[in-house]
Amino acid sequence: MDKTLKPSQAPVAVKHKKKKNGGSNGSSFDNLELFLLHLPTTIWYLIFCYAPIFGIVIAFMDYSVSPGRSFLYSLFINSKFRGLGNFRALFNSTYFNIMLRNTLVYNIIFITLGVVIPVTLAILINQLYSKRLAKVCQTMMFLPHFLSWVVIGYFVYAFLATDAGLFNRVLPSLGLVEARHRWYEDIGFWRWFLVFLNQWKGMGYGMVVYLASISGIDAELYEAALIDGASKWKQTRYITIPLLRPIMSIMLILAVGSIFRSDFGLFYQAPRNSGGLTDVTMTIDVYVFKALLVNSNINLSSSSSLLQSVCGCIMIILSNVAVKRIDPEAGLF
Amino acid sequence: MSVSANVVQKPKKKHIDAVLKYTRVSPVTNILISVLFILLALLCFLPALLVAIVSFSSESSVITKGYSYVPLAWSVESYTYLFQQSSSYIVRSFLNSIGVTLVGTVIGLVMCSTMGYALSRPNYRLRGLFTWFIFIPMLFSGGLVASYMINVQILGLKNTYWALILPICCSSFYIIIMRTFFQTSVPEAIIESAKIDGARQLRIFAQIVLPISLPAIATIGLFFTFAYWNDWMMAKYYLDTNKQDLFPLQYVLISLETNIDFLTRQKQFMGVDANTSLPSETIRMAMVMVSVIPIACSYPFFQKYFISGLTIGAVKG
Repeated sequence: MDKTLKPSQAPVAVKHKKKKNGGSNGSSFDNLELFLLHLPTTIWYLIFCYAPIFGIVIAFMDYSVSPGRSFLYSLFINSKFRGLGNFRALFNSTYFNIMLRNTLVYNIIFITLGVVIPVTLAILINQLYSKRLAKVCQTMMFLPHFLSWVVIGYFVYAFLATDAGLFNRVLPSLGLVEARHRWYEDIGFWRWFLVFLNQWKGMGYGMVVYLASISGIDAELYEAALIDGASKWKQTRYITIPLLRPIMSIMLILAVGSIFRSDFGLFYQAPRNSGGLTDVTMTIDVYVFKALLVNSNINLSSSSSLLQSVCGCIMIILSNVAVKRIDPEAGLF
Repeated sequence: MSVSANVVQKPKKKHIDAVLKYTRVSPVTNILISVLFILLALLCFLPALLVAIVSFSSESSVITKGYSYVPLAWSVESYTYLFQQSSSYIVRSFLNSIGVTLVGTVIGLVMCSTMGYALSRPNYRLRGLFTWFIFIPMLFSGGLVASYMINVQILGLKNTYWALILPICCSSFYIIIMRTFFQTSVPEAIIESAKIDGARQLRIFAQIVLPISLPAIATIGLFFTFAYWNDWMMAKYYLDTNKQDLFPLQYVLISLETNIDFLTRQKQFMGVDANTSLPSETIRMAMVMVSVIPIACSYPFFQKYFISGLTIGAVKG
């Protein structure tokens, strides 16, 4: 390998030298130094990203711990190979349909709203006369993006708590709900409230992403449109939206690629892991977490985790192909 | 040259401003849009205000009136309680969060900037290979279980500070943002001239590339800072519930959710009279504010970096 590299390397170095009047002293040094420079990162990737990729064998084993022995011994010698047995058990488990449905349906809603709402808001806020007002509103709407789900969980609690919550103190007197309504067991409410929370947290960020692209649009385009007598709506329809398409498609690929992932904080932390809400909050990530750390069922947990990764990988490749077919420039890779 | 460019630029900008005036929406629409955005801004801000007000309410007010924007009486007893006990887990958790955030951000910046720099050099022979190397994990990951088993069983990270730092100290996205920045903003000529002067790559990177890349460093540094400050998942995965010494602030908040005992238990340890009533309702909210205030006070000044971070790294593989 080295031998095949070196002859091709020499001419490059010579060419380089010629171009720069003999300035750079050999690029093989550079290669080594650059490699050493990013060696720590490379090791990090090997340990934290590539080793787990090989760790997916757990999903095909009947993992059983042998006390006192190493993990690898437990995995390869003490555990029996089970083939697709874990997956069969997963498909038969009661939660499988619920978690798949919740993950997919919620993600489809989130993705659709996650494009429509921020693009609309970005176009609207750009129309405001007062740039100062726009700036202040944008800053305030950006706040939820910087908060963790734990903190947002407390915000929600301040409104929904059964005893002291603001909702239960105000709404019953207006005759909207009965006194001491148990919000954390109200499935009908949370079904939509999860959508609201997701949009509430992401709206400001999404708006800023699209606003940055809108402000990059050449104003002369609008001038030309104005001369041609295009209305505001037509300018938006035929200038702004088409020029936002590349960034929209990249955001879309990223979102569709993670359609099998769910925001663990939103579905677990915000509803405070309430048992009465499992029907709407059980997503793949919540299931994997509970199976691994609450029930210690490594077989079910690892198989659903692997299924999630494989499906996610397929989705990101498919969505990239689809987007490229529509607009060859817009693909992610 | 630049002067003449300015002269040309100015009238043009004025002209475009004038054009944009013509294309404005009607005053009525403007008012409607303004109202919409004021409402949305309040929607995002008022929940935080409620929690802040509750944290400054008196405990008796919360008991009789519930969480309210207009408490019966104001009080700072929850905050004095939190910071009175200098040895308590709460102050400890605050320091834990600060420490993890600082160390994590520094490690993260070193990891992402070195890799980003190497991948940005057009002459680097292994560039193509390592671009794929960081790209593949974006497509496929081993998932939570495999990572968990490796971190716990092989690396022995459970119940250590490293468990809160290492698993999230690098990201392919940030590397790509860095790489794009170095490619577009660090001219090859500067690096060539440093090489002529005999500088090695490490020195070029540390003394030339990093100082002129401060905007990118600041952006990624902020991404890391906020991510570490807000992280609670690593603590949930890798810390046992009896290792309170290691808890970051966010995980203390989770513990307080289910049992305020977390505070009372310590009270007994510390020999404080157990009958002294604990302002438990307001203390929770005061803890939330302790974790929110650093963010809420700093992000308005930093948001321009976040916005530029989104645009400089037009994430392309």
